[in-house]
Amino acid sequence: MLKRLTALLLGVLIVPALAAAATPKPVPVDEALKPYAGKIVYVDFWASWCTPCAESFPWLNTLQTKFGPKLVVVGVNVDESDTASARFLKHHPAGFDVIRDAQGKIAEHYNIPGMPTSLILDEQGRVLHVHSGFLPERINEYEAAIRAALNHQGDSK
Amino acid sequence: MKRSSVLILAPLLGLGLCALSGCSSMGAKPWQRAALSRPDMQVDADAVQAGLDDHIYFSKEASSGGRGFGGGGCGCN
Repeated sequence: MLKRLTALLLGVLIVPALAAAATPKPVPVDEALKPYAGKIVYVDFWASWCTPCAESFPWLNTLQTKFGPKLVVVGVNVDESDTASARFLKHHPAGFDVIRDAQGKIAEHYNIPGMPTSLILDEQGRVLHVHSGFLPERINEYEAAIRAALNHQGDSK
Repeated sequence: MKRSSVLILAPLLGLGLCALSGCSSMGAKPWQRAALSRPDMQVDADAVQAGLDDHIYFSKEASSGGRGFGGGGCGCN
């Protein structure tokens, strides 16, 4: 009786471990932002249900022309629903690349404090600046942070 | 204790201890708040319902007012 229980217990413990080993690993988060290595990256986490995101898109669309080729703007969409994401983009077109992150893996990797959150990454992908929320009154602050990041470019660290 | 008892009880105890941490990671992360942002998920989604709830609450408290809502207005009992 006890031997059977022990065997059952061992089975209960071993099977999930085997399943975890057999599951294909998700693509590492770094892969998602790899195409942008070597540039200063402005990563904006947005979602269709986030109202400040709608307000921030017109400004985000101006960043590429304003700051030139050394900066690349990337939007990470944490919507779980593709339809919601597409509907938002129809009303608020994005002039920048959008990465879908329906599982929230990239958001979790950077442990974003709120929605929306913007990160500025350096050429090696290290985080230079984080800010949460979007207020039109604070656009100057956001642009100053971008300028500071662009000026750090070339600093040997 | 018999060795065979320990062999079966120790893992069971271990599993039991693990189950104690069941609710340790509660709450939605900031990027998971899609459902929470729906209008029908707000606390005061229905003004009439909110007003009725407040009327009942203040009646039970035998006091009135102190809370703003889209229903009867502050101070109504």
